[in-house]
Amino acid sequence: MSPDSDDRNALSWFFTGMRGLLSLPALILLTSIVGFSAFALESGLTRAEAVFMSFAIWALPAQVILVGTMASGANIAACFLAVTLSSIRMTPMVASVIPEMRTRRTPIWLLLILSHFIAITSWVFAITTLRNVPREHRAIYFAGFGVTLTLTGTLVVAVFYDIVSAFPPTVAGVLFFLTPVYFNASIWASARQPVVQIAFVMGVVLGPTMALVTPEFDVLCAGLGGGTAAYLIDRARRRRKRAGQGIKR
Amino acid sequence: MIAEYWTFIVIAVAGFLATDIWRWLGVFTGNRLDEDSEALYWVRAVATALVMAVTAKLIVFPNGTLAGSPLWLRLGAAGIGFAVFLATGRKVWIGVAVPMALLVAGLWWVGF
Repeated sequence: MSPDSDDRNALSWFFTGMRGLLSLPALILLTSIVGFSAFALESGLTRAEAVFMSFAIWALPAQVILVGTMASGANIAACFLAVTLSSIRMTPMVASVIPEMRTRRTPIWLLLILSHFIAITSWVFAITTLRNVPREHRAIYFAGFGVTLTLTGTLVVAVFYDIVSAFPPTVAGVLFFLTPVYFNASIWASARQPVVQIAFVMGVVLGPTMALVTPEFDVLCAGLGGGTAAYLIDRARRRRKRAGQGIKR
Repeated sequence: MIAEYWTFIVIAVAGFLATDIWRWLGVFTGNRLDEDSEALYWVRAVATALVMAVTAKLIVFPNGTLAGSPLWLRLGAAGIGFAVFLATGRKVWIGVAVPMALLVAGLWWVGF
């Protein structure tokens, strides 16, 4: 697939994106959502509330935090604060794919709507596959994957809401492990730039470390601190390389 | 009347709004970044470190049943699995299958 020479129409790119639903990452996410359904049921949410939450938030960590704070009897302001702190990571995630997804004519309202469908799985999908799609079709291609995945995930909550509690707990535990090992492999495999690989290592090391130091802001600290450190290391590396080439000439 | 819908209002405000304001901010920020700009290098690094911090925490501090399994087993399964993935040409399915097999074998071995 060459990004420039392609005359397929937009609708066919929507369906190509949609086909991503049959990929390993999408199936792993849908499995994790089955786990969320059980958690929502155990925490006292009704089926309708769990379904609405899945579609309206579409970010598993935020959903788990909201269910947890609601179940603990916290008021709406405390719930808002806990969820919003966990969701700050959405800004750099969305900001890092938008330049690759849009053309100069893509309307901002379309990007605002599409941004709702960006969560970890679709972010990995975007950074891995957008570069193989002609630029003018990237937004519709992402919509095909993102919107379909969100609707399917919401349907999974509706269907599995009261089925999963019948599963043996060890099965749920093993399935839980799929998500992190999949992210490990796919994010590393998609990393084309050294800066992403350095940031990967920083995040892995700092995430659990900061969880012990500042449990409230651990992900934020690990992300901002580790990401900035990775950027500075990479910039120094690029400068040295350029200086080295200068001397040779 | 309000009491009936209160949970939905909490989800809309403390869930939807609390999450999507950051997504919208990402759109406005990303829309000003050039694809090869220095700023995008930094944003990519921060986004990757954030996602990996969440991921590593799922392995070190899991929720639910897995929380009762030994840490060395989860770290070993993920670490050895990742090493095999790197050594065999970075195929994603290997990076998923090997750690999962190690975890299942380990859980069985410790009698979990």
